[in-house]
Amino acid sequence: MAAQTPTSKPAPVSPVIEARGLDLTFQTADGPVQALRDVNLTIDKGDFVSFIGPSGCGKTTLLRVIAALEHPTGGSITVNGMTPDAARRSRAYGYVFQAAGLYPWRTIEKNVKLPLEIMGFDRAEQENRAKDVLQLVDLEGFGKKFPWQLSGGMQQRASIARALAFDADLLLMDEPFGALDEIVRDHLNEQLLALWKRTEKTIGFVTHSIPEAVYLSTRIVVMSPRPGRITDVIESDLPAERPLDIRDTPEFLAIAHRVREGLRAGHAYED
Amino acid sequence: MSATADTAAGGGIGALGRGLGRVSGAVLPVLTVVACIVVLWYVAAIGMNRAWTLDAAQRQGVELTAGEIIADAMRQDRPVLPAPHQVAAELWNTTMGEPILRERRGEYRPNPRSLFFHAWQTLAPTLMGFVIGGLAGILLAVGIVHNRAMDLSVMPWAIASQTIPILAIAPMIIVVLNSIGLEGLIPKSLISAYLSFFPVVVGMVKGLRSPGAMDLDLLRTYSASGAETFWKLRLPASVPFLFASLKVGIAAALVGTIVAELPTGARFGLGARLLTGSYYGQTIQIWSALFMAAICAAALVATLSFVERVTLRRMGLDR
Repeated sequence: MAAQTPTSKPAPVSPVIEARGLDLTFQTADGPVQALRDVNLTIDKGDFVSFIGPSGCGKTTLLRVIAALEHPTGGSITVNGMTPDAARRSRAYGYVFQAAGLYPWRTIEKNVKLPLEIMGFDRAEQENRAKDVLQLVDLEGFGKKFPWQLSGGMQQRASIARALAFDADLLLMDEPFGALDEIVRDHLNEQLLALWKRTEKTIGFVTHSIPEAVYLSTRIVVMSPRPGRITDVIESDLPAERPLDIRDTPEFLAIAHRVREGLRAGHAYED
Repeated sequence: MSATADTAAGGGIGALGRGLGRVSGAVLPVLTVVACIVVLWYVAAIGMNRAWTLDAAQRQGVELTAGEIIADAMRQDRPVLPAPHQVAAELWNTTMGEPILRERRGEYRPNPRSLFFHAWQTLAPTLMGFVIGGLAGILLAVGIVHNRAMDLSVMPWAIASQTIPILAIAPMIIVVLNSIGLEGLIPKSLISAYLSFFPVVVGMVKGLRSPGAMDLDLLRTYSASGAETFWKLRLPASVPFLFASLKVGIAAALVGTIVAELPTGARFGLGARLLTGSYYGQTIQIWSALFMAAICAAALVATLSFVERVTLRRMGLDR
């Protein structure tokens, strides 16, 4: 891989993401809605952090605040020691949406090159990077296909490749596998872990699946709605090497149990 | 070698057969409808024209058999409703039967008896008007999507412009343009542009606004500029919408040109042909001009459809 851009390298000690007393209130026609209240969170380099909670708990909103797609109404947040806007301009993160969101008029390869074109990489570099990241997500040979010629899982892998193409150290994923069936999802979870290990990225991962969160994460942030807030942060002591059947071990089930308890404590099961 | 050639030929024949099957599958229903229309048309022609035949026979004091009435009703010079074969013969005679150019006093000039000549007199301003209207429509749509003031101000006026009867405004446009020295092609094409820009504005605005929140958010995560968002997302996303509205627009452009010829005393063009036909009761001429107009419209729309298919296929949007 090419040398990393110096701007996206955080100072050795400072966390990748640091939120202090974060508030976000949306003004809607039905009056103000508090999407986030008093969120305090630190994510260190190399963490795999899952945000879990029922819909309306603000997990996607929190991810969007990190990505500077929403702006907080109170508190502070830094990404790589900068404001989220500055971090975005310095290409701090790649974002993966719930749907693959590939542009249908671009081939897979051209979709992966989209951020590279906008960020002004030269043609040879675009070519190299597209080839590398497509290989990283096991899609070599599919570059010339149009999105509709690929399965849903492959499309989502292509969208991960697109987020990886400009080599940001932080990967933000908003329920990326939520629309896929469970078998494909298991497979992609395995691949994502392998990719994370290989690239040593920091990952923020939104999900509403307890097994997915426990399987993938080094830390699990449990959130609860109305207003959206963090109710628990669970450090996972599962080994780094995680075959799929780790999900049947008592250690795994113990963590899953604690996540479920956390969700219940936040009255997430109220309705 | 021969084996591969054989299989290639076999594949070719198979594909040809499937192609023919597809074509006949598409053509058969159309032909059935055409046959029904022709039959109904003959029935209507006989029904409408027999009054004149009977009238003439009565004045001459002759009795006609049913067969004679039907035969006469289908070969009148100025029938109320010409029979299909009369229109077909007129179309043939004024297109294939007449040279497009003829010699007059030592030089070749366009032949006003040729329907091709009249069709071209209408098509040229139609194409020019379509280009002007299409470009104006696209530019207005881009303005509407990117500028809030234009969004609020242009659309109501665009809609209002289409409520004005073109028949009323056409002579004024011709007079005003004439007074500043513009005549011939340009006034006609401006009237045609006036009708064709509207569907393009509406379709293009819809197309440019078709990208969803996620598509736009993706570009925001790259800190893409407005121009990049336009060229890389909005414009390609609008292409299918654009073609749909261009097809409506080009048909409207043709109607616009024909209407522009009516109240302005144009001597050449399909509209002029319709008008002179109605002055002199030449119903066969009117119908053949109508058919020529329909053929032109079909050809224009078919050409656009072809361009659309090729473009969308190259963009991967045509499955």
